Amino acid sequence: MTLDCEGLRLRNGSFELTADFSVPQGASVAVMGPSGGGKSSLLAGLAGFLPAVAGRVCLNGAPLDGVPPGDRPMTLLFQEHNLFPHLTVAQNAGLGLRPDLKLSSEDKARRDAALDEVGLSGLGARYPSDLSGGQRSRAALARALLRDRPLLMLDEPFAALGPALRADMLDLVARIRAEQGATLLMVTHHPADARRIAPLTIFVDEGRAHAPVETEVLLADPPPALKRYLGEV
Amino acid sequence: MARGAEPVSLVPRLAGGAALLVLAALTLGAILLLGAQADTGWRLDPADWAALRFTLWQSFLSATLSCLLAVPLARALFRRRFPGHRLYVAFLGAPFILPAIVAVLGLLAVWGRSGLLSDLIAPLGFGPLDIYGLRGVVLAHLFFNLPLVTRILLQGWVGIPREHFRLARQLGFTPRDQFRHLEAPMLRRSLSGAFLLVFLLCMTSFAVALTLGGGPKATTIELAIYQALRFEFDLGHAAFLALIQFTLCALAALLALGVGRGVLDLKGAVAVGRPTLADGRVARAADRAVLALGGLFLLLPLGMIGVRGLPELVVGLPAQVWPAALRSVLVALASAFLCLMMALALSAFIDTLRGRRAGLALAGDVVGVLTLAASPFVIGTALFIAINPFADPFALALPVTALVNAAMSLPFALRVISPAWTEITRAYGGLSESVGLRGWQRVRLLYWPLLRRPAGFATGLSAALSMGDLGVIALFATPDRGTLPLVMHQLMGAYRSDAAAGVALLLLALSAALFWIFDRGGRIDTRL
Repeated sequence: MTLDCEGLRLRNGSFELTADFSVPQGASVAVMGPSGGGKSSLLAGLAGFLPAVAGRVCLNGAPLDGVPPGDRPMTLLFQEHNLFPHLTVAQNAGLGLRPDLKLSSEDKARRDAALDEVGLSGLGARYPSDLSGGQRSRAALARALLRDRPLLMLDEPFAALGPALRADMLDLVARIRAEQGATLLMVTHHPADARRIAPLTIFVDEGRAHAPVETEVLLADPPPALKRYLGEV
Repeated sequence: MARGAEPVSLVPRLAGGAALLVLAALTLGAILLLGAQADTGWRLDPADWAALRFTLWQSFLSATLSCLLAVPLARALFRRRFPGHRLYVAFLGAPFILPAIVAVLGLLAVWGRSGLLSDLIAPLGFGPLDIYGLRGVVLAHLFFNLPLVTRILLQGWVGIPREHFRLARQLGFTPRDQFRHLEAPMLRRSLSGAFLLVFLLCMTSFAVALTLGGGPKATTIELAIYQALRFEFDLGHAAFLALIQFTLCALAALLALGVGRGVLDLKGAVAVGRPTLADGRVARAADRAVLALGGLFLLLPLGMIGVRGLPELVVGLPAQVWPAALRSVLVALASAFLCLMMALALSAFIDTLRGRRAGLALAGDVVGVLTLAASPFVIGTALFIAINPFADPFALALPVTALVNAAMSLPFALRVISPAWTEITRAYGGLSESVGLRGWQRVRLLYWPLLRRPAGFATGLSAALSMGDLGVIALFATPDRGTLPLVMHQLMGAYRSDAAAGVALLLLALSAALFWIFDRGGRIDTRL
């Protein structure tokens, strides 16, 4: 799924973000930049949560103007609150198939397979509060897996996890992406995350999302703004 | 260092202990005294049974209706933005400090026999409305508690994480799914606590029962106590009824404490997020209607007070009003000061105990609940009985009223101040320890500057509550020593409702002014 932002301008309160770039089908792209620069706004705008003031978003050439978030072929994972606390892990994952949770036996089999795949076998009856941070991330990924949308966007859902756990999650995300042939957009503060699974990086700063460039090239010789953000390494 | 944490916490413990003692004497002491006194009145007449049934039934009806009607109103306020939205939400906090008798007069002006609605429907051939009895009591309680529950629910809606609304849209939830997964869990949590709170408040609201109730069909237990004391002078029977009242309220308060932790939050403003619920044209129209009806229901009675009272203010109020106003202000100031002192002492006390012996800290909360359960009337009855052998209770009307009113607003003041105090310790306790900021200096340089805002709010609340109180004073006061609400009640009893409206306006202005001065005073020069 090719993602095109054509002269896109998004508004979030008094903040404005412009984006004009294209992401090729099946790419894995990191989104980096200082806090408040517009990373989350970019993802929220693509997902349809923020209005486009100008320009538009196209997927495979088809414009998404006015398409509600639920009908867009994409899944966005938030930094937190990705699970409903009063639903079990299985129910939370099941929402990816049917929001009314009336699952057929076939649905249930698919759901359990997804839980197995993310490493939550046998934990379906638990509630989110009984899970570790890593397991909660896995449950959210299981739901994303079931939704099977061609664009997967992560707004730092692993920010609160330790380095080893985060690396595990990234590998899991990379695997899911590869299986589904989806395009991946992933916000991160860590160059290592980008290097690990994202060959391309979009730099977002001061309300502007720059076109994706090769991660290695960008990190080897960062522009001044990115250099300031990364600090001396 | 020989001077460890002990010297620091000695003073708060002494002060807190003293405050606890006063409270225990007022609540548990009152119960013991009543128990000793009640042996001669240990009986339930048919009239008492009727009062018991009526008390429970009107509380149940009031709480149920408040909860049911608050759901659409809170939902509409959460979903819609319109000019004046903030004002609307802020206004929902007003009935809390509105003198009950003022509200009753306003409700009579709208719903009463010669009220606005009766005048409107008379040409259509419908007889005048009558709101004395159960209908009136429930209506008045609805007027007070619908806004309260609406605020609680609005907090609940605002508390749903934004991500969950986005998740709902992303997953393509229908309005039904949305209700089931986002709103119903919140409502279950909030409504159970709100219901019990309103139930409790309605059980102990004396002024409404006094003015709109009465007679064999609409007498509450508190009204029965009042009659036993003032008209039959049967102390034993009054004591027994007070014990029953206390038992019922304590049960409700314990349930409320267990179920509805946090429901008593009285924070000044409700943070309002963004409307993100699924929506259509019908829903928009329905919300508009709900908002308009709710606004009319709450604003009309106050508007009528203004319309009827303003000319009276211009013409001049009856002579007995001004000394009564002075007495009211003095009682309110004394009561607010007492309440603030007790709340500060108890907050410090609770804070020193937290983390060491959780049970003891909980004791502080429980005392707060006890005062909520012990209606002013129960305490007043006990004080009456305690004072009677030694002095003329009627001569001590004002000091007793100030004391009881202070105890009555304490649970609310404590809810505002105690969490703030604990939070200051959590955030800056280590820092002040490390720079050697201790004892009185710590209070002066750390706690007081940071506590001024909540303390000002709590004091204002307490002053306004005391100003409008028509409870204990009715039990103790002679006509020549009454407070403003009592004068109003006498005027209403004499069918001088226009003069009463003038007094109501004055009372309203004084209550609001007291609240405003303290609340404002707490904010001046704070950078927080």
